[in-house]
Amino acid sequence: MKLLIPTCGNHVAPRFDNATEVLIATCYDRQLLEEPRFILLANPSAEGLCDMILKEQVKCVVCCGIEEEHYRFLKWKKITVIDSVIGRWKPALDLAVGGELSAGDILRV
Amino acid sequence: MLDDILNAIPHGVMILDTSLLVRSINSRLQEMTGYSAREARGIGAEFILRSSIGAGSSLAAKVLENGEMICRNGTLLNRRRISQWVQFTLSRVNSIDGVTQDCPGLVLVVEKAEGADPGGGGRSSATLVGHSPQMLDVFERMAILARTDASVLITGETGSGKDRIAEELHEASARSGRAFIKVNCGALPEALLESELFGHRRGAFTGAVKDHAGMFRLADHGTLFLTEIGDLSLPLQVKLLSVLDDSCFYPVGSSTSVTVDVRLIAATHRDLRREVAEGRFREDLFFRLNVLQLRVPPLRDRAGDVRLLLDHFLRRSVRLNHSRVEGFDTEAIRRLVGYRWPGNVRELRNTVEYGVNMCRGTRIGCGDLPDYLFESLDVRTDGVSSGPRPELPLPPPATPATGWAELEQQRILKALQQAGGRRGRAAELLGMGRTTLWRKIKDYNLE
Repeated sequence: MKLLIPTCGNHVAPRFDNATEVLIATCYDRQLLEEPRFILLANPSAEGLCDMILKEQVKCVVCCGIEEEHYRFLKWKKITVIDSVIGRWKPALDLAVGGELSAGDILRV
Repeated sequence: MLDDILNAIPHGVMILDTSLLVRSINSRLQEMTGYSAREARGIGAEFILRSSIGAGSSLAAKVLENGEMICRNGTLLNRRRISQWVQFTLSRVNSIDGVTQDCPGLVLVVEKAEGADPGGGGRSSATLVGHSPQMLDVFERMAILARTDASVLITGETGSGKDRIAEELHEASARSGRAFIKVNCGALPEALLESELFGHRRGAFTGAVKDHAGMFRLADHGTLFLTEIGDLSLPLQVKLLSVLDDSCFYPVGSSTSVTVDVRLIAATHRDLRREVAEGRFREDLFFRLNVLQLRVPPLRDRAGDVRLLLDHFLRRSVRLNHSRVEGFDTEAIRRLVGYRWPGNVRELRNTVEYGVNMCRGTRIGCGDLPDYLFESLDVRTDGVSSGPRPELPLPPPATPATGWAELEQQRILKALQQAGGRRGRAAELLGMGRTTLWRKIKDYNLE
C-alpha cells in the first residue's frame, strides 16, 4: 500500500493545499518496504497533489488541514484520508504504517 | 484572570511564546479552529490556525524581531475542513501572561473578514478591502442591495470606491452573468452623452454615419452604472427619468421606441440634496434614484482600514512591479496612518505605488513618500500627531491645501517669496528646472 504525507520540514504540513513537499512510502503487512522518498512540488496546489495521488496510486493520505472539497474527492476515489494529524511526520508515518493513526491525532514530542 | 479577559474579546485571540507555540487561546478562536485550549496549548500556532498566508512563522519571527504589527488577510482552515476568510493581526507583547515582565511573546487576533482580499492569492482584485465597522456596515448593506433589482444610488467622496462597489453589486446580483456597462456622465458633452446613452439612428446628426445601439441597449438584462450622475444635464435628467419610469426610450433620430430591462446604479460625489435645492438636479429623478442609497465612508472615518489597505496595496504593487520592498518603516507607517487622505483609497493606492517605485531598499521610509504628505496640514490630530518631516521646514500656518495642484501653487509662491522674486533661485529651492518653474507659473497663472 502506498502512503502519502504532505510535509513541512520535520512536520506534517499544516495545510494540504499549501504543501510544497510530500513523502511517499510503500508498506506491506504493517512494515515499510523501503525508505520513504520525498518529492518537491513546483508550486503548492491541492489539485496538483490530488493528481499526483491518483497517478502514484496512493491508497492512504495522512495530512493536517484539508478542505472538505479535496477530502471528499479523495474519499470518492476510495483513498483513505487521515486528516487533522498534528506532529512530526516520522511518528505519524510509523503509526500509519502500523494502522494505529486516527484522524485528529496530536502527536506531541 | 487572563483567560477571562481573552474570552470577553469578541474576536479570536491567541497568545504565542517566542517559539511560536500556543500559550493561550480564547473561546472565540477555539470555536473558529475547532481546537480546545487544552489541545492547542504547546502546539505550533500554524498547525492550529492552518492559515493560507504561508510562511506564517517567518512573519511571526519578523514581528518578534522588530516589534512591528502586521495585518494579513487569508483563510483559516478549521478542524471541520471549513475554510473561512479572516484577518490576522500579529503584534508583539512584553509579557504574555500579563504579570511576568521580560517574558515576550506574540498576540494574534483573528477577525472574520468580509470581502477582504486574501493578498496571498485567491479572490481577484475586484474586491473591497475593509475591516472597520463602517465598511462592515457597507458590506452588510451590499449583500441586501445585491438581492434586489431596484435602483441604487452610491454616494461618497472621490476615490472612496464607489465604482468598485457598483461592480461588486452587479457581480453579486442575479444579473451577474449579463453586461455591466459603466458610463461617466461627467466625461462627455451633453449631445454626445445622449447619443452614447440612448444610441442614434444613421443620419440623425452630422457624423452619424451608422446606427449606434447606445449603452442602455448594451446593458439590456444587465446593469448600467452611471457614475458622476450629479454632472448630468437637466434635459438628459428628464430623459433618464422617463426611461427609469417606462423602461423604454427613443434613440436620437428614431421614431421607434426601444424597451430595455436594465438595473440602474448611479454614483456621485456631490450632495444631491443640495444640488436639488440649488436647482441643478431634478427632484423627481433624485427620488427615483434614491430608492436605495449606499454611502461609502471616507477613508479618514474608517478606523483601522488605512493600515490594512497599506499592506494590501503594498503587496499588490510589489507583485506587479517585481519589487523587493518588504514593508514600511515605523516612522513612515506613523505618518501614513496619521494622514487625512483627502483623495481616499485612490490616493492611498497611488502613494503606496509611488513608495514602492521610489524605495531603493527593502523598507519604504519617509524619504520614499511624496512630499505633499508631509507638507499638507490637513492631517489627523487624534492621537497620532503628524508634524512635518524632520528635514523639511515647518509649513506656514496657511489654509490647508486640498489637492496637489493647490499645494504646488503654495510651494511655488513660497519659494518665489523666499527668493525675492528671482525665478532661478526659486527653481533651485524647489529642486526643479527654471523652464519647469516657468511652465508651472504659467499653468497656474501665477504671473
